[in-house]
Amino acid sequence: MTEWYGMVPEFGQLALIFALLVAALQVVIPLLGLKMQHDWLMGFARPLANAQAVFLLISLVILAYCFVVDDFSVAYVAANSNTALPTPYKISAVWGAHEGSLLLWVTMLGCWGMAVAMFSRSLPADMVARVLAIMGLVSLGFILFTLETSNPFARNLPSIPSEGADLNPLLQDFGLIVHPPTLYMGYVGLSVAFAFALAALMGGRLDAAWARWSRPWTTAAWIFLTIGIALGSWWAYYELGWGGWWFWDPVENASLMPWLVATALLHSLAVTEKRGLFKSWTVLLAIFAFSLSLLGTFLVRSGVLTSVHAFASDPERGVFVLALLGICVGGSLLLYALKAPTVASVGRYAWVSRESFLLLNNLLLVVAAFAILLGTLYPLIIDFLGLGKISVGASWFNTMFVPLGILLAIVVGPGSVSRWKADEVKRLGSKMIAALIAAVIFGVATPLIHGGDMNWQVLLGMAVAIWLIGVTLQDMWYKARGSLSRIPKLGLSYHGMVIAHLGIAVTVIGITMVANYSEETSARMAPGDVAELEGYRFEFIDAGHVEGPNYTSDAARFRVFDGDDEIALLMPEKRRYSARGQVMTEAAIDVSLWRDVYVSMGEPLDGGAWGMRLQVKPFMRWVWLGAIFMSLGGLLAMLDKRYRSRKKQPAVQEAAA
Amino acid sequence: MTPKRKKRLILILFLVAGVGTAVGLLMYSLSQNINLFMTPTQIANGEVPYGRTIRAGGLVVVGSLQRSQDSLVSEFKVTDGNAEVTITYDGILPDLFREGQGIVAMGKLNRDNVFVASEVLAKHDENYMPPEVKDALEKAHLDGKEALESARY
Repeated sequence: MTEWYGMVPEFGQLALIFALLVAALQVVIPLLGLKMQHDWLMGFARPLANAQAVFLLISLVILAYCFVVDDFSVAYVAANSNTALPTPYKISAVWGAHEGSLLLWVTMLGCWGMAVAMFSRSLPADMVARVLAIMGLVSLGFILFTLETSNPFARNLPSIPSEGADLNPLLQDFGLIVHPPTLYMGYVGLSVAFAFALAALMGGRLDAAWARWSRPWTTAAWIFLTIGIALGSWWAYYELGWGGWWFWDPVENASLMPWLVATALLHSLAVTEKRGLFKSWTVLLAIFAFSLSLLGTFLVRSGVLTSVHAFASDPERGVFVLALLGICVGGSLLLYALKAPTVASVGRYAWVSRESFLLLNNLLLVVAAFAILLGTLYPLIIDFLGLGKISVGASWFNTMFVPLGILLAIVVGPGSVSRWKADEVKRLGSKMIAALIAAVIFGVATPLIHGGDMNWQVLLGMAVAIWLIGVTLQDMWYKARGSLSRIPKLGLSYHGMVIAHLGIAVTVIGITMVANYSEETSARMAPGDVAELEGYRFEFIDAGHVEGPNYTSDAARFRVFDGDDEIALLMPEKRRYSARGQVMTEAAIDVSLWRDVYVSMGEPLDGGAWGMRLQVKPFMRWVWLGAIFMSLGGLLAMLDKRYRSRKKQPAVQEAAA
Repeated sequence: MTPKRKKRLILILFLVAGVGTAVGLLMYSLSQNINLFMTPTQIANGEVPYGRTIRAGGLVVVGSLQRSQDSLVSEFKVTDGNAEVTITYDGILPDLFREGQGIVAMGKLNRDNVFVASEVLAKHDENYMPPEVKDALEKAHLDGKEALESARY
């Protein structure tokens, strides 16, 4: 190993160490500058943030390079790749396991820091210095964690394996190329809102300007979280082979909790910006949102989820993340306790006002997040106390979450039509009565027409969705003063809100229909057999053998008929991945806006027969379509021109009136 | 008391009451909705009430799997190295279901001491041992390897 290219992994590690040092400087120098009121020192925050991101990117690219060239001397590569693995999967294998995921996590943190450094021209220098110093501190902790406990560049020396163990087949899929990075972008992006909140607390500058700075960043992180969660659900749906799209699995919960709190934060920031109210609450939400992201990282990465004993068997990692979590939450809450009493929210609002409704929205979101937190941690606590092994079923999460979700959707109505400060019940009523009537009619009609009998869940779900759509559109019509031509002039921020709220309605419709009207059957089928489900006829033609690049597979062919029309030829597969000998189910799905037809293969039985799982899932796509709407809405709101103006906004914009 | 303070007090009382009720309801419903894990030994000792949904698991005894010829019903035994329990399941077994492998099933015990599963889980990793099963094996004073051996008699 005398050639330079044999040292490439060491360069990656070196870059990571440089990033660590730069992060340390990024904490110390700007804070020193602040202490000494020295602009030149504070000015180092931006270049240091950029340098940190560049070093981290170099490190990540080098790890990806090691995967692409099959450098099995790197232990992480040997454990998660294989020469037969297609190249796109070699790259996505970078974040296929613990060490690389962490490297991706810190790299994204660095990139968010760089983005803040780039798009913060309108911010005062001291604010930038504080924000970047705090982000540098978070980076410092996590890079140290990566280097100390989970170095992705650790070598397999002296005996280099000639072949890698392959990437977990479950992860060899497009969904896994995109899902984790998106989700991590969201998790890590919340660090910006967190850093802004702490910086404002430190500087005693919790004003409308701070809220305006934080809003686009929070929205950006929220968009990534939304897409990330939706991608995860979509991936689980087609890759796990049994057509479920949400399992209340701890890993899913870990991503939903920060999303709920970030949603609350978005709404509370609006109040802080427009009205100068809820300041301390907003700060608290920003702290919670990021803490829940860290908790999610801890839950997923420490091994506690598999078992609390796994935590004990690999204590180094678990204790380290727990310590980081403790420092982060404890430190920020301490700062909050010290500084928050000095923050006074000026301004009053009546019981019936937009402020009150947004507060209610916040409470519901936070209670929902708290309920999920409790359900997720409860088995861990019971196990830790030695009281037995239990699991909290999905039904519990559903009974908790669904009523809260319905209340939330109802509050969207008055929340978006009401006025700031004070409003009248009568006025609100007159603006929402039409939506209410439409909601009731659709709510009652849908189960009767679609299912043929009354179903309260469908009634409630549809009523709530139609209510959301009705109130939102009516409000837009009202705000455009009844003229179509004025609608485009309502501002991007308003349009963003409209689209996001419609997105929620779309998702609610999807969830309601698919949860209540999905049909599923498992059958023993031999070639030539025919099965019927929901008016669809499934004809099992034959099953054959297929060779893939790193797997062999049994592939079945199905003709699907709707009445007499052949609508699809579906080819589900059962793959066996050679390197790990692992078996994977590849479902075949015929997709349409109104329903999914889903076929997956179970086990081979005697005489060429197979256990087959057939499903018809109405409105399945709507669940994720709504998430696309929501992110699009977020994007529009983020691009509103008031966030882009280079001019310095007046520092305090309290509602003086 | 100024009107502002009064309003704030009402708000705080309202919040405390709301949060209190919420936590109470959450805890109560949690206690109603948890699924206990029971080892084959516990089932054999009659510690499990009939008709209650629990989770049970262990290593699938080699040679115990029997399938029906005309439906998806299957029957197999799981062991913790100490006792065995028979499980029946009508449905598609997971990809990683194999004799000798650790599994966890959710379901109810019937009067014939047969565990009727509504769901069978085997995780997506060859080396993975469900933590409950590992724990059950440890309780029966065997490590996974020994139990595997004894399951292979």
